[in-house]
Amino acid sequence: MYRENEIMDGIADEKARREADETGDLIINMGPQHPATHGVLHLVVTLNGETIKKVEPHLGYIHRSIEKMCESLTYRQFIYVTSRMDYLSAHINNHACALCVEKGLQLEIPERAQVIRVLMDELTRIASHELWWGAMAMDLGAFTPFFHAFRERETINDIMEETCGARLTMNYMVPGGVMADIHPNFQKRVKDFLILYKRKIKEYDELVTGNIIFQNRMKGVGYLSAEDAISYGCTGPTARGSGVSCDIRKLYPYEVYNKLSFDEILETEGDSFARYMVRLREMNESIKIIEQLIDNIPEGDFQAKTKAVLKLPKGEFYTRVETARGELGVYIVSEGGMTPYRIKFRSPGFSNLSALDHMARGSKLGDLVAMMGTLDLVIPDIDR
Amino acid sequence: MWSFHNIANFVNDWLSQTFNPTLVTIIEMVIVGVCVIGLFAVLGLVLVIMERKVSAWIQIRLGPNRVGPKGMFQSLADTLKLLVKEGMTPSGADKFLFNLAPYIAMMVAMLLMAPLAFAKNFQMWDMNIGVLYITAISSVSVISVLIAGWSSNNKYSLMGAMRAGAQIVSYELSAGLSILSVIVLTGSLNINKIVLSQADGWWIFKGHIPVIIAFVIFIIAVTAETNRAPFDLAEAESELTAGFHTEYSGMKFALFFLAEYVNVFIVCAIGATLFLGGWMPFHIGNWQGFNHVMDFIPSSIWFFGKTFFLIFLIMWFRWTFPRLRIDQLLNLEWKYLLPISMFNILLITAMAIGGWYF
Repeated sequence: MYRENEIMDGIADEKARREADETGDLIINMGPQHPATHGVLHLVVTLNGETIKKVEPHLGYIHRSIEKMCESLTYRQFIYVTSRMDYLSAHINNHACALCVEKGLQLEIPERAQVIRVLMDELTRIASHELWWGAMAMDLGAFTPFFHAFRERETINDIMEETCGARLTMNYMVPGGVMADIHPNFQKRVKDFLILYKRKIKEYDELVTGNIIFQNRMKGVGYLSAEDAISYGCTGPTARGSGVSCDIRKLYPYEVYNKLSFDEILETEGDSFARYMVRLREMNESIKIIEQLIDNIPEGDFQAKTKAVLKLPKGEFYTRVETARGELGVYIVSEGGMTPYRIKFRSPGFSNLSALDHMARGSKLGDLVAMMGTLDLVIPDIDR
Repeated sequence: MWSFHNIANFVNDWLSQTFNPTLVTIIEMVIVGVCVIGLFAVLGLVLVIMERKVSAWIQIRLGPNRVGPKGMFQSLADTLKLLVKEGMTPSGADKFLFNLAPYIAMMVAMLLMAPLAFAKNFQMWDMNIGVLYITAISSVSVISVLIAGWSSNNKYSLMGAMRAGAQIVSYELSAGLSILSVIVLTGSLNINKIVLSQADGWWIFKGHIPVIIAFVIFIIAVTAETNRAPFDLAEAESELTAGFHTEYSGMKFALFFLAEYVNVFIVCAIGATLFLGGWMPFHIGNWQGFNHVMDFIPSSIWFFGKTFFLIFLIMWFRWTFPRLRIDQLLNLEWKYLLPISMFNILLITAMAIGGWYF
């Protein structure tokens, strides 16, 4: 067992300390318990007064070795563990894993299941972005938006609860389709939600987006150029805020996404405000997708016929989906048995976090918090 | 008619008849001291529950609703909890200064109550330099914040204290200049005279646009001076956990907490006194009937009503706006508010010389 002192000594090591003493810099351990890190992220921040000289993320505080755990679980079982990775888009994680298993089995999914999956994905995306919006405003010191965001998110959670039986870790997607058919109330409640959402989204702009303090805090800080976004491997809204086209739903369509009309949101400024606007506008695109599908759920099975025990053929399989935070890749190596030989998740949060140091250097401490907000970090997704 | 003035006179008369003059003075001083402590505690409790209810109302939730009717005794229960908590002093802290800081904060808040006119003829100390006294004493509060931040031996606290120092010192300038505008118009530093000068109309109505500008600047500056959102950089909880009082717990934390709320009350009371007429009722020109009805409302209600309106305004800011960054905060003061208030004071001086107000 480590003692606390040993850990802390290792973090800000002697050399760095001596350097800091000479230059008069301040080394702050921000986290793992800190109100701004939304979890157990640990940032070692080197400050010169209020100005940031270096940010060094230290990971592993919530590492549960999910990838290793998956190796001893069957192809049906391991999907449930992945809900705990990026818990805000549990549906989409499950979706990625189900897609990868289906790719290995070369399974055809009934159209009804595909449409339900896409609907659930988009609802999850809205719920996730809403939580991000509230938390982001809270990082900037405004508390009220959090409650307004949760008001709408709650209706989505209720819809999920009715159909999936759970509110956060749904475990609804299984290889071959979805676990159960949608609840009879599902379509009606989603339509009610659409009406509610369109009425309430205006409040978001009034309360936060149009606020002059908010705009001053966001515009021109945390700049990430398109080249840097690519070289750090950023995906999702983080990269799209820098003008990098990377929406998996458009570039490598899965399920029924190629039949739908929606736009990939791109902003070119590359600052915090651009990333903010991408996410806000993305919610409207998700609404567009839901509107196209909600009245057109085809009749048929919700699940393809599969064997009781799934065995993937020997080989390597990779699928990717667009989660609320970016590209989630699932890589399965199979030896032909009941359990995967090796699983690797390419999680969006990890790559997005790596750009933080580059973005934060030279800006103020208050901006660091705002930048972390726009990266939409979910720590269990980074550590896995 | 019921008023604080009559009660005070009654007590004074009774004491004068019963005891000799020296004893009367001592007893009256003790009574005033107890009243200040009582007011301090009651104001803290009332403002905390008010803030929680206002924030709940803005954030579409219920707020505290378990202790007492509609949760009205919640802050009493909180105080009890804070009283029985262990007051810890970190091992690396400067023990003397660490324990001294909350008392300075509280002392400043209490001293500031002396010249306030709570009702007609009801004032603890009717001094001829009332406004100067207030501005002088309120500057001391920054020392308690600096001491607290430095002595905690915590990097977050230190940064919070440094921010608070820069912030309070700079915002005192525009707060002072906007206070000065009313003094220029009144020609007196005496709180009572300032209130009496508003008998025919409050300064915010009498003084045209320049006084309204001064009022707005005053509200912004005092929000910053009391370290409340959107200027709560000293305790920016998402950046510095709790800023200068990160290491404080138990009653020592509660003293900071109470002092903050009492400071809010005091600056709002000053704002109400200078710009909104203090305890002076609302009068409109020659409408005798209307003015007469307004006179029937006790003067203490006028004073507390105006003060709590301003407090509500400041709470409203807190629950609506995001926080500024430290450089933006200082930019706002030195590049915008200070030049505007300097120009404004010239306008008001010209106005006062020319007599161009009602």
